[in-house]
Amino acid sequence: MQLIRNGAFVEPDFPSVADDEALPEGPAIVSLERWQAEREALRARNTPIGVRLKSGQEPSVIADDLDMLAVVALELPIFRNGRAYSYARLLRERYGYKGEVRAVGNVLRDQFHFMIRCGFDALEVADNITPEIWAENVGVFSYSYQPATDGREPVLSLRQRLAQRAAAREAV
Amino acid sequence: MYRYDEFDQQLVNERVKQFSGQVARRLSGELTEDEFKQLRLMNGVYLQLHAYMLRIAVPYGTLSSKQLRMLAHIGRKYDRGYGHFTTRQNLQFNWPALKDVPDILRDLASVEMHCIQTSGNCIRNVTTDQYAGAARDELEDPRIVSEIIRQWSTFHPEFSFLPRKFKIAVSGTPDDRAAIRVHDIGIQIVENDRKEIGYEIFVGGGLGRTPMVGKKISDFVPKEDLLAYLEAILRVYNMYGRRDNIYKARIKILVHEIGADEMRRQVEAEFAEIRKTGALHLPQEEISRIEAYFRAPAYETLPDESTELNKAVLADPGFANWVKSNVAAHKMPGYAIVNISLKPIGGTPGDCSSDQMDAVADIAEKFSFDELRVTHEQNLTLAHVRKKDLHTVYEALKAHDLATANVGLITDQIACPGLDYCALANARSIPIAQRISERFADIERQHDIGELKINTSGCINACGHHHVGHIGILGVDKKGVEYYQVTLGGAADEKTAVGDIVGPAFTEEQIVDAIETIVTTYLGTRKQGERFIDTYRRVGIDPFKESLYATH
Repeated sequence: MQLIRNGAFVEPDFPSVADDEALPEGPAIVSLERWQAEREALRARNTPIGVRLKSGQEPSVIADDLDMLAVVALELPIFRNGRAYSYARLLRERYGYKGEVRAVGNVLRDQFHFMIRCGFDALEVADNITPEIWAENVGVFSYSYQPATDGREPVLSLRQRLAQRAAAREAV
Repeated sequence: MYRYDEFDQQLVNERVKQFSGQVARRLSGELTEDEFKQLRLMNGVYLQLHAYMLRIAVPYGTLSSKQLRMLAHIGRKYDRGYGHFTTRQNLQFNWPALKDVPDILRDLASVEMHCIQTSGNCIRNVTTDQYAGAARDELEDPRIVSEIIRQWSTFHPEFSFLPRKFKIAVSGTPDDRAAIRVHDIGIQIVENDRKEIGYEIFVGGGLGRTPMVGKKISDFVPKEDLLAYLEAILRVYNMYGRRDNIYKARIKILVHEIGADEMRRQVEAEFAEIRKTGALHLPQEEISRIEAYFRAPAYETLPDESTELNKAVLADPGFANWVKSNVAAHKMPGYAIVNISLKPIGGTPGDCSSDQMDAVADIAEKFSFDELRVTHEQNLTLAHVRKKDLHTVYEALKAHDLATANVGLITDQIACPGLDYCALANARSIPIAQRISERFADIERQHDIGELKINTSGCINACGHHHVGHIGILGVDKKGVEYYQVTLGGAADEKTAVGDIVGPAFTEEQIVDAIETIVTTYLGTRKQGERFIDTYRRVGIDPFKESLYATH
């Protein structure tokens, strides 16, 4: 497993800790259940912490806790399960979450582009993914028709700007 | 019709490049068939019983002559000289080689076409009325909003991995020819009392194993908010649609389980949030830009009546029958809508040879402003033909075996590919449709029977829309033997209904006789001017049950 954060291959951090495992020194990611059961103890450690949401655990359940969390990891149990794309957008656009949104689980190269558009900034990917494969897939489409989390200007607004520029030229 | 600008073209070109790379990885063995599967499925490539099948998108069923000629060329060069028009207003090729698919995609891109989202669990090709822009009682050309939805849904980053496929249909007239109530989302264009155009929204219709009629969740969504409203529906579905069972994953099951009122509440709540950000607000400039592509063609000012037409009708009884069944009223005086039947007697519903495609392209170029439509009933439509040209058009079609006078009649059947092609099927569909067609070949008798839709599916996935056929036929497998279950009273129009099962299934030998018995019962029961469906709605299923089973 490799970790890509903001487009760079980085040393994996924030290990995911099982519920029956002791917490390591330093940052870690725990399940929602553990977070809810041990919130005060986890905060008292004064160490950055992340929470892992399964498919079916919506971001609204941690909406009030987000300023305590350095990472929200969204599980993709199988690449076909696309709930996490909505969760990522809600975290960013509805709850204004500024920390890391990490994709964990079954992530395919053909999904990189969509994930970045939906507000994921970190992805756990298979070992055979190279920086070339990453670049090729994340940048597969030069334009986007619809607004999403990445702030990319949608095609219809590009069109409007082109039209305005053309009109301005005509006026000169 | 809509034309690509630099952005549209660039995206399609990039898709060709991406998919070509994926095919190369498969051919070199880097990808296993299993890994390749989910990639090809996003691009309309299916593995059927005998070969790969390629499904080409025809957005809202509109084609230019140039595009149809390219499809003819692809059929000739890469397939067996024909293609198959589908109930999604698309075109399928049944025999392409995988190595040729990248070349086919490049050919398609050169005429502004593609295979994007013709399969996979994403938002599929938007379908609409084949009479768009020509129908008399149309509030607005439904292709405008269909194109807006096409763009919004293309490579939508949030909704490319939905629980299941997702189909949207739009109708711009009160008479629904687009079957909007059997779609995941049905959009009816309406006008409010301030004379503003907006959209009535139905959700959760569908066929398949669990047929359901869509529920209305909004009376009026304003134009500028449509995309925000659609995004709200899709988000609710993406988050709460079932993913544990493929047969319960369509939005109709979610709507059924939580109820239409709760669905409405959740969608409205999400809509309110999305609307607040304003990002999906649809600017009037963009609506106008797309509207401009669908402006009325340069109609001539003509008298409504055509003496040429009247004379030809009297002189040529075959033409008279064709006018009666295949020609529909147009909003402009002196013009008519021509339906081209792809259901010749004994043929395969929806099949069209490359030579026929070229012929239709020429006729459309000469007589219908260079444009045509594919219908969800697997026929073609020329939307704007001068009445005085009708006989010439008829003769030209006839020369290519395209003038069968049966549109809307008993031999104008919908049938899925069935066991002849499809890996999912339990029974054959096409041979059944062909035998029914042969039994009722007599054109005078067909016209006497009048409007009657027979739909046949080869398995419960219902690609042949059997639930909404006036007579529906479903192929089932009982211990290795094909049986056919019959339903009556289905409809996909503004009075959408799922057909009722008439009784025990029939064998392959019995099924055509059973259809004949149903028709005879109708003829003996109908009142003056009553269509089959009207008679059925009046008398119910019992007289049909009686005549089908009482003597057995």
